[in-house]
Amino acid sequence: MALEVPPELEKEIDERITHYPVSKRSAVLPVLHALQHHFRFINEESVEWAAAKLELEPIKVLEVVSFYPGIRQKAPGKYHIRVCRTLSCAMAGSYELMDSICEKAGIDRSGVTHHDPIALSEDGKFSIEFAECLASCGTGPVCLVEDDFHEAVTDVDALLSQYK
Amino acid sequence: MSDEKPDLVDVQIDGEWHQFPKGTRMIEACREAGVEVPHYCYHPKLSSPGNCRMCLVEMGMPPRPRPGDDPPEPDEDGHLPISWMPRPVIACANTVAPNMGIKTDGELTETCREGVMELLLANHPLDCPICDQAGECTLQEFSVEHGKGESNFREQKVKKPKNVDVGPRVRLDDERCIMCSRCIRFTDEIADDPVLGFTDRGSHTTLAVYPGKELANNYSLNTVDICPVGALTSNDFRFQMRVWFMKEVNTIDVNCATGANITVYQREGQIYRITPRQNNDVNSDWMPDSHRLNFHWIHGDDRLTDPLVKDGDSHRIATWQEALATTADKLAGIEGSEMAVIASARMTNEELLMVNRLVKHLDAGHVDTVPRDGESDDYLISADHNPNTNGVKLLLGLDKPGSQLDAIKKGINEGRIKALLCLQENLVEDGGFDAETLGKLDFFLTSYPLANPTADASDVVLPGACWAEKTGTMVNVTGRLQRLNRVVDGPGQTLEPWEIVRDLIQATGGGNGIYSALDIFKQLTEEVSKFADLTWGKIGDLGVPLIETGETIPLIEREKERIAQGIIVG
Repeated sequence: MALEVPPELEKEIDERITHYPVSKRSAVLPVLHALQHHFRFINEESVEWAAAKLELEPIKVLEVVSFYPGIRQKAPGKYHIRVCRTLSCAMAGSYELMDSICEKAGIDRSGVTHHDPIALSEDGKFSIEFAECLASCGTGPVCLVEDDFHEAVTDVDALLSQYK
Repeated sequence: MSDEKPDLVDVQIDGEWHQFPKGTRMIEACREAGVEVPHYCYHPKLSSPGNCRMCLVEMGMPPRPRPGDDPPEPDEDGHLPISWMPRPVIACANTVAPNMGIKTDGELTETCREGVMELLLANHPLDCPICDQAGECTLQEFSVEHGKGESNFREQKVKKPKNVDVGPRVRLDDERCIMCSRCIRFTDEIADDPVLGFTDRGSHTTLAVYPGKELANNYSLNTVDICPVGALTSNDFRFQMRVWFMKEVNTIDVNCATGANITVYQREGQIYRITPRQNNDVNSDWMPDSHRLNFHWIHGDDRLTDPLVKDGDSHRIATWQEALATTADKLAGIEGSEMAVIASARMTNEELLMVNRLVKHLDAGHVDTVPRDGESDDYLISADHNPNTNGVKLLLGLDKPGSQLDAIKKGINEGRIKALLCLQENLVEDGGFDAETLGKLDFFLTSYPLANPTADASDVVLPGACWAEKTGTMVNVTGRLQRLNRVVDGPGQTLEPWEIVRDLIQATGGGNGIYSALDIFKQLTEEVSKFADLTWGKIGDLGVPLIETGETIPLIEREKERIAQGIIVG
């Protein structure tokens, strides 16, 4: 099934591509970011749409998609949570934070693998994954819910209750 | 530096000074100096990403004096002292510079190689006993030569996809892959079918085709050749034979007029595989899959193994003497003007010279060959699917091979042609003849490797050797004279076509005195001016230009452009 890209998004993508006059291939990442921002993740149709847009073989786009953990290959929940697990946060309790969020949001992470890092709550409201350093090492453990930054998270109930 | 040769630079390799043209890659300079630099990702016909790090060498340049210090003094040969860099450089993507020093045998280089080998082998399954590449695997070879024989890696190896069908002819074992990216670059740069790529880059880097796509282009098996390890293997050759048991014969491909240079691997009379052999004027390092795999019929059940003579409605096995005597008997009552000879543009020059003599000896009124015009694929396959059309033009004097066929058919149908000798051709399936027309002949003889409807319609059928069973020369589409070498013996009583034609001449009262294809080649050089001054040795394994045809090979022309642009070494 072909991807339905709204005209204004396509216009924005076309504009981004003009930033790379020498090789359209260089625009893979900006195009993927724009698509992910709109569709929330990059599926096979998005890969093929981006490849066609940039006149590349789809494998050249998949190479990039499969490299960056920041590009999601699976649909996230309504609110996507990223918990920092880099050293400072890990020492401040990010793994405990992860367990706690999962427990309270009803997320089962037992199926998570290197290639499939995102876990989804049963009701689809929350999805979660570990992230590397979110650049707030003094206030760990920290996490991102969508684009909201939460520092020194201790009260998980209060955190989740902000998101309906 | 010598002033007379501004394009040459002096380079010291392992203590000895050499001269190389500016722009020479360090790895090529070492090769020319007789020093092998181990490498995986570098391939002279592909771009150089420099990703395997196996070709790291120690490099040095003349010291640059600090301001105020005296410049270094040259020695009596004019060479400046070399100040060695503390870190190694890759020899594949860097070029030589004036007064550069390269050390491939120092401690630094050795340590680098040991380290690279250890890392490459860290996740390698070490399954050589069941790997097809074993015996011709550079990972094995360099491990012995440059590895240290033990590993510090104590952890679990990374698991990756195995036995992956990446295409109809190629199979992938990702755990064996060392990520050199040669196959990716080949499909991108040469085959123009960029379906391969690395996914999950990092410790799980996986060579993959895009889901739903496949590596199916007609040049896919070249990726198996250039894979330095056993990651890509050929479905056709997989598990068939250990490479060290096979004998290699250099010969040429006969599936089209390009005449790709090939190596045929055989053991005990059985051919197991064919690989392209480098010839930068003909096929570079590549060949099409369709040509490479077109050899299984050689060992098929429908090979003719004995001379056959028509007996009522069927054929019976005869001796060569009987078959030839029958032929001579039948031809005795037929005028030369009532005879036609249809030879083949798949015959060698030597065979065609003999055909020419047969035609003259019989005073045959008609002679032609069967054309095989097709499409060029714009890579290596030429539009002419006969390997030696130029030889036919030279030796049978036919300007337009195939233009007489209709006249011959007409002559047979009108009863003017009573005898037809079909040498190494398949008239019914390839020449547009039908059994009804052929049935009107008083005498019809066929020599061919395979049983087919043409042989069915023949009074005498002679088993003629196929291309892998004979020796001779052919002239390719660009006018290059190349050698065809016998790889295996023909089955049963098969004779090489030149022997068959010689025996036909002899049986019908002609002369003898020829005992090998090389005898005929010698006569070619004496009788045909184009071949003057040539010897078997001079043609060599790579052939020599013989005539100007004005034709070019598309892939070779593109490669020349890429060499001129400095993208590849060539």
